[in-house]
This record gives sequence, C-alpha cells and structure tokens, in this order.
Amino acid sequence: MRGVRRAPGIAGAGSRGPVSQASLLRLYHRFRALDRNKKGYLSRMDLQQIGALAVNPLGERIIDSFFPDGNLRLDFPGFVRVLAHFRPIDDEDPGIRDPKEPEPLNSRMNKLRFAFQLYDLDRDGKISRHEMLQVLRLMVGVQVTEEQLESIADRTVQEADEDGDGAVSFLEFTKSLEKMDIEQKMSIRILK
Amino acid sequence: MSGRGAPGPRCGLLLALLLALGALPRARGVEEQSGGASQGFQVVSFKWHHVKDPYIIALWILVASLAKIGFHLSHKVTSVVPESALLIVLGLVLGGIVWAADHIASFTLTPTVFFFYLLPPIVLDAGYFMPNRLFFGNLGTILLYAVVGTVWNAATTGLSLYGVFLSGLMGDLKVGLLDFLLFGSLIAAVDPVAVLAVFEEVHVNEVLFIIVFGESLLNDAVTVVLYNVFESFVTLGGDKVTGVDCVKGIVSFFVVSLGGTLVGVVFAFLLSLVTRFTKHVRIIEPGFVFVISYLSYLTSEMLSLSAILAITFCGICCQKYVKANISEQSATTVRYTMKMLASGAETIIFMFLGISAVNPRIWKWNTAFVLLTLVFISVYRAIGVVLQTWVLNRYRMVQLEIIDQVVMSYGGLRGAVAFALVVLLDEQKVKERNLFVSTTIIVVFFTVVFQGLTIKPLVQWLKVKRSQHREPKLNEKLHGRAFDHILSAIEDISGQIGHNYLRDKWSNFDRKFLSKILMRRSAQKSRDRILNVFHELNLKDAISYVAEGERRGSLAFIRSPSTDNMVNVDFSTPRPSTVEASVSYLLRENVSAVCLDMQSLEQRRRSIRDTEDMATHHTLQQYLYKPRQEYKHLYSRHELTPNEDEKQDKEIFHRTMRKRLESFKSAKLGINQNKKAAKLYKRERAQKRRNSSIPNGKLPMESPVHNFTIKEKDPEEAPDYGAEMGGGIEFLANVTQDTTATDSPSGIDNPVFSPDEDLSTLSRVPPWLSPGETVVPSQRARVQIPCSPGNFHRLAPFRLSSKSVDSFLQADAPEEQPRTTLPESTHM
Repeated sequence: MRGVRRAPGIAGAGSRGPVSQASLLRLYHRFRALDRNKKGYLSRMDLQQIGALAVNPLGERIIDSFFPDGNLRLDFPGFVRVLAHFRPIDDEDPGIRDPKEPEPLNSRMNKLRFAFQLYDLDRDGKISRHEMLQVLRLMVGVQVTEEQLESIADRTVQEADEDGDGAVSFLEFTKSLEKMDIEQKMSIRILK
Repeated sequence: MSGRGAPGPRCGLLLALLLALGALPRARGVEEQSGGASQGFQVVSFKWHHVKDPYIIALWILVASLAKIGFHLSHKVTSVVPESALLIVLGLVLGGIVWAADHIASFTLTPTVFFFYLLPPIVLDAGYFMPNRLFFGNLGTILLYAVVGTVWNAATTGLSLYGVFLSGLMGDLKVGLLDFLLFGSLIAAVDPVAVLAVFEEVHVNEVLFIIVFGESLLNDAVTVVLYNVFESFVTLGGDKVTGVDCVKGIVSFFVVSLGGTLVGVVFAFLLSLVTRFTKHVRIIEPGFVFVISYLSYLTSEMLSLSAILAITFCGICCQKYVKANISEQSATTVRYTMKMLASGAETIIFMFLGISAVNPRIWKWNTAFVLLTLVFISVYRAIGVVLQTWVLNRYRMVQLEIIDQVVMSYGGLRGAVAFALVVLLDEQKVKERNLFVSTTIIVVFFTVVFQGLTIKPLVQWLKVKRSQHREPKLNEKLHGRAFDHILSAIEDISGQIGHNYLRDKWSNFDRKFLSKILMRRSAQKSRDRILNVFHELNLKDAISYVAEGERRGSLAFIRSPSTDNMVNVDFSTPRPSTVEASVSYLLRENVSAVCLDMQSLEQRRRSIRDTEDMATHHTLQQYLYKPRQEYKHLYSRHELTPNEDEKQDKEIFHRTMRKRLESFKSAKLGINQNKKAAKLYKRERAQKRRNSSIPNGKLPMESPVHNFTIKEKDPEEAPDYGAEMGGGIEFLANVTQDTTATDSPSGIDNPVFSPDEDLSTLSRVPPWLSPGETVVPSQRARVQIPCSPGNFHRLAPFRLSSKSVDSFLQADAPEEQPRTTLPESTHM
C-alpha cells in the first residue's frame, strides 16, 4: 500500500493529490476487491462483473473509458485518474492555484471533457449527429421509433451547434451546458 | 372522474355500517330471553350475547377495510391526504356516532389489544422486509439518533415543560418534575407506524429512509426503559429516588435493549432451524414464521425486555435462511400474509385512535400545556437532528444534507405507541393522567394529520425553490440524464456502498457455520453450484435466446416499429412519476422534473409554432431511462413488488447482452484478429462473471477457495432480476468438462479464460462449447422463447466455433431443479 501513494500518476496537481488520502485508501481496497485473481491490475471483465453496470444504459461506455487507447489492463493509478474526475470541486479560492500547474482533474472543464469523450467515440473532437444518435439509442426505451430518435438527435445537435457544421464541438458542448450544475451532477461525495 | 360516481355507493356503504354500529350498543343491552318463561322450544333465537365479542371484532375489521376501499375510490383525495389522516378522521366520526348512540365510549384502543395484537404484525413486517445491508451499513447513525436523540427529546421536553410549569403559566396542576419527565419520555419517541405511513407518500432517498425508519424501530428500547424508570420513580415518590436507582436505570437500558435483541436473535435461530426440516409439511411452513416470531415478542415482553427490538431482530436475522429454506409458495404466502396483517393492523390502529379520542371523560384541556408540548417537541427534535447530523457528518461517507435534516425533523411523527403508553398510566400514581392523555391525543393527531399532510408540499416547495426557473433545453435534459447514469455507474465502480471488512467477515462466518446449520442442504448445494456454473449457463442461455430471437426476427424489439399514439402525451396533469420522484435526487437536479412539466405546458400555450419541438421534449422526458436513484423503491407496507423498473432493466440488460454476444460472435469468427479478439473474448467471459454476480438474495459472497470471488453483491438488483434470473438459476447443467463445479479449485480459471492474452489459447475451443456435453438452456430462455423443451432442435446452430454445437441443441429436461432463489423486494 505504501508504494501506491508514490506510484507515478497518483500525485496529481500539487501537494493535494487527485483524491484525498482517505479516499485513496478506500479506492485501493476497492481496486483490490474488484481484482479477482489478484493480478494487480483490472481487466474489462472485472469491471463487467459489477452487476449494476449491466443495467446502466451507459455502462459499457463507461467501462471503455477506463481502458483508453486500446489498453487491456487498468492499473491503480489509471483507476484513480478516472475516478478523480468525480471528486467534488473544492470551494477554495481558485486564485491560489498555480496557473502553471495542470488543471485538477475534477475541474468543471475536465468533468465535461470526460463526459464528452463518452459521446465522441471516434475521438475527432466533435459529436456528430450519428454519435448523438447512438447515445440516444442507448438511453431511451424500446418504444421510441427510429424516426423519433433521429428527429431528437437532429434537434439536439441543432440546439447546440453554433458554427453550423452539423456536429457539436467540445466548446459548443460546454456552452450548451453552462447553466447546468456540473459540479453537483458529476461528483461523488466519498471522493472528497 | 371516477370519484364523482363514487360518493353514492360509498355513502351508502358507510351509512349501512353506521346503522349497524348504532344498533350494536342497543343490541348489547338485549338479553336473551329466549328460553325464559315457559315458551317451549324456540326454533330460532337471537343469541347476541353468544357471539358478541368475536362479532364486534370482526365487524370493526370489516369497517376498517371497507373504509380503505372507500378512500381509494377517490384518487385525488388520497394523493393529497395521507391515508392515516383519513382514517383518523373516520375514527372520529364513528366515535362520535357511537358516543351519540350510547353515551359511553365502548370502543377504545386499549393498550392490551394494541401491544399484543396490533403492533407485532407491523413490527414483524418491518423486520422481515428490512433492507439488511442498508440497515447495518447505517447502523451507527441509526443508533445515535435512536438512543441519543430520544433521550435528548425526552429530557428537553420534560425539563422545559417543568420549567414552564414552575413559572406558573400552566396554572394549577398536581404534577412534579418526575411526572413531566415521564410524559416527556413517552411523547419523545418517533413512531414506526406513523413514520412509515407518511413516508410511503413522500418518496425519499434510501439512506434517509432507512435512518428514520430504523430510528423509529430502535428507539423502542429507550422508550421502554425511560418509561419504566420514570414510572417506578413516580410510584416511589419523588423524594425517595436515590442515586442507586438512577444507576440502575442506566444499567437497565443496556439490559433491556441488548436482552431484547438477544431474544430476537435466539428465536430467529430457532425459526431458521425449524424451517430447515419442514420439507414434508410445506403447507404449514408459513405458520412457523408467524408463531415463532410472535413468541419472541411475547417472551421478551415477559422478561420485561424490549419486545419491539426482539421481534424486529427476529425478522431481520431470519430473513435470509427462512427464504432459502421454505418453498416458493410458502414464501409468497408469508409475504402476502405479513403485508396483509401489517396493513390491516395499521388501518385499525389509526381508526381506533380516532374513535378513542371521542371520550369526554378523559378530556382535560390546558392550553398552555398542549401548545407548549407541540412547540417543544418540534423545536427540540429539529435541534437534536441538526446537532447529531453535524457530529455524524464528520464520520459518514455519505453526508446528510440540509434537506435530509429537514425531512428528518419534520418527519418525526408520534403515533399510537405514545397513546398506548399514556393510557397505561395509572391515575392513582399520576394525578394528571387525563391531561396527559388528552395532550397526547392532540399531539398525535397534529403530527399525523397536519405534518403528514404538509410534508409532501413542503418538500416540493423546498426542491422547487432550489431549482432555477428557466426553459430547459433538449441538450440539458439529455445530457443531464446521461450524467446521472454516468454518476451511478461511477458510484457502482468506486464501490460507494462499499467494501466492508466487517461485512466480509460476517459473510465468511455465515457461510462456514451458520448456513450449514440453518440452511437446507439442498439450498446450500444449489447456491454453491450455481455460483460455479451459472455464469456459463447464462451465456449459453443468452446465445440460445439471441439465436432464437434473431431467427424469428423478434429481437427487432430493440427498435420496434412504432405503436400508435406514442407522442400523445397527456398534457393536462403533471405526470405522477415526476411528482413522486425522490427528494434529494430531485434536489440535485437543477431543472426540476416538476418544473419541467409546467414549463412545457407554458411553452405549449405560448408557442404552438413548434409542436414538433414539444413532442421531442416530451418523448425524451417520457422515454428516457431513469437513473438508479430515481426509481429504486425500497420498503413499502402496501406494495409487494417493484413494477415498471423491471421492464427498464430487462431492456437494458437484453441490449447489453446482445451487444456483447455480437461482439463475441464477430470475435470468434474473425479469430485471426489479435488484440481485439482477445478483448472481446474476455468481455464475454466477463459477461458471464457479471451475470453470476447478479442473482444474489441468498447468494452470499464466495469463499476464497474458489478463485473467482464474487464480492460485488448488488442487492438492488435482486428484485429486478428475481423474475428472470430466478428461472436461470433454477437449473443445473450437466457440464462435463473440467473447468466447472465445486470440485475444481480454480473455478473458472481454465487457461482459455486466463486474462493474459495469450492468443494461442484462443484456438482452443471454450470448454462449454465442446461436444459431448448436454446443455439445457435455462428456464428463462425457455420461458421467453416460445418453444417447448422438446422443440429445441428448431434452434439454428449458433456457429461459434468450427466445432459444431449440436449437442447444445439436444435439450433434455433438466435433471435436477434446485429451488429458485427468488430474491424479494428486500435488499439484503
């Protein structure tokens, strides 16, 4: 366990890591518990065995987000890195933060970026209408027809799209959600 | 609309009842003079006296039940007014009639009847259906509120009232400090009956629910102790109380509470043991549950320990084993009977509360006393809650927010327990008993009726206040919902409910010792074997299902051709689902669900230009899958099973499974692709693992002996999967190869499935596809694929590998059918 804290990637921005000490310990125990065969890393199936994810419409995508770039193994720093996005945003004075340091993972932008990446499967930096449609399909019940879905997807893209390229870039995405309380919606208290 | 026609027959019903009741007192006076003077043989005689007692009881039960029907005839009323309030009002009316007819209060809620017959079913119901994991997970919090909170309430209320009395505001009363403390102790406790009755109407998040609910159950020990202590002090006389007595009082608290719990646990053990051997007397199995639990209550009462604690813990502890041991039909019978008894008892209690109030003999009014009591209990409860929450939040993982605290303080209702306790007071010892009785009645009525009525609007107002009033955009709706899903997924991954050392220890102990003693051997065996084999079965199950479905084109359900009128949403009323959404969850949303509807209405009225836009909004609103927090429905006294949410889960599950199978299929076919295939292949395996983790209810955590340890117990899934997976669990496949069954210590860890992507291993056929095995698709598949077991030859061979899978198609009837483990709506 001692080595974990010094492992690369855990020490996040500055002296305060991506998550607090206590949370880190909890997450480590969780990591160990999920790691079936004590391999030391997690594979997709370890995450897939969490039953609740099977009934979560976005479950598969979220699992994929833990394995970026075709990785097959998820080590503990990577695990923490993803979860660190969901740490509640500190109410501390942002002016204290050193502007040269990378933005903390749980900033509003990074939370949104995480969500954006869930939509943008081909990583082109935009959510095309097709990708929006795919997400919609996942999230809606079976009674909705294809035409309705397409029209919803069209409207959603239209609403957010400002430069008229038929796709939603990250900035447009952010702008469309500027009034939403992302901090609350994408935070888990236990990660404080 | 249906309400309008109802008053007619409903009034008629009530009138008939009232007439019957009015006749009763008269009838009681009628003596049978049948055989009196030499009248010879009477052909028919009116033997009222003969049947009087049972008749009256049965008639009251009938009245209460009919009243319930009557109330529900008008949906509008019941959605605003809690049923308990309606029952109290009805009781008042009936009491008035009885009084008017006879001028004596013939029917009251006597403590004997209450404590011996009406309260046990309710508490047993609470214990038996208690979501154990949640309960024990929050046990510290619950205990703090129950013990410290109740003592705080009692002490402050009693002392404040005494203080006011000393100041002379109350006029001349023959009371002393001890009397006030006694009164404080019985009025302080939150009542389980009332709390649940109200929380059914206001859906709150599960943590909040379990805290208030648990508190209302566990504070009985404190109430009993305080009540007895102060009553004996009052009997002794204020000046004769010594320090030793006080110490004895404190000691008695521990004895009473722990003793009561112990009694409950012992009886739970007995009950589980007994049900282990009831295989041949299935028909009376349900009886054991009730009788033994009731005995635990009575035994504890006999030993002057806390009876409520005893029966609660009896229910909590025996849940798992009883459900594993008794047959399915018995389990259903137990469930229904318990709910019926509890619901009926609650109805009768509230009605009789109303009736008992109409008894001018007990009425003594003292304005200051009554008003101050009301004020004090509310204020001190709020203070107590705030203080304790502040302390707790430093130690809790999941914090309790302001809105939770408001609900907790406001939802601290007093009920029949306080009333029964106050009626028990002896007038000789407590001179002002009548004053106490009347005040208690007022307090109970106030909390149940007024607070019950207003808690829902209060909560909504608070939530509405926090949301911003603006037009929600499509993006916000969609992405907002997506974020909710993401959040619950992350919560699940990060184990928010969490991995608990104590719990693991307990489940190890349970598996090694307790289950061996208490669970039927067949249940144990099936549980073990299931864990080993189920995941494989499920995959085969899935394959056959998908194959058959695709063959018949029925899996196009994923995007089915539209049914008509899908967008004809009724704009006139806000949808009930949005209104009843959970408190904290809704408060988390910036765009409140309730507001959405109103704004949509506004939008519609204002601009009809874009009706399509409206339609879009509403389709989205209506058909978006609900995230987990919103729809999980916990304990309910009046409902047995969760309803719609199973459908949603089923859909998503099917879809997920289908996707995984498809990717697996493509992986196997394109076996030359390297990493991708391995990835997908592992995903398949993971899927099987995942599936095996789902059915739990009685499936405890695995022992480390088996290499794959299923640590993730998702009790929330239990009710959702119970129906479908129950069938899947229900059968055993004859898997003949080496990787399965309890024998192999490596469990599933066949080198083929090893996580290391050794691609050469991919060429080996997965063992469950090797020929020479007989596999039967699970019952679930059989149920959903409309073909009989004999017809499986119709299944198209699902070519997953070069070797044929014909053996897969030779379906035999399953050899052995271990009992299904239908997890209940409890959350173990």
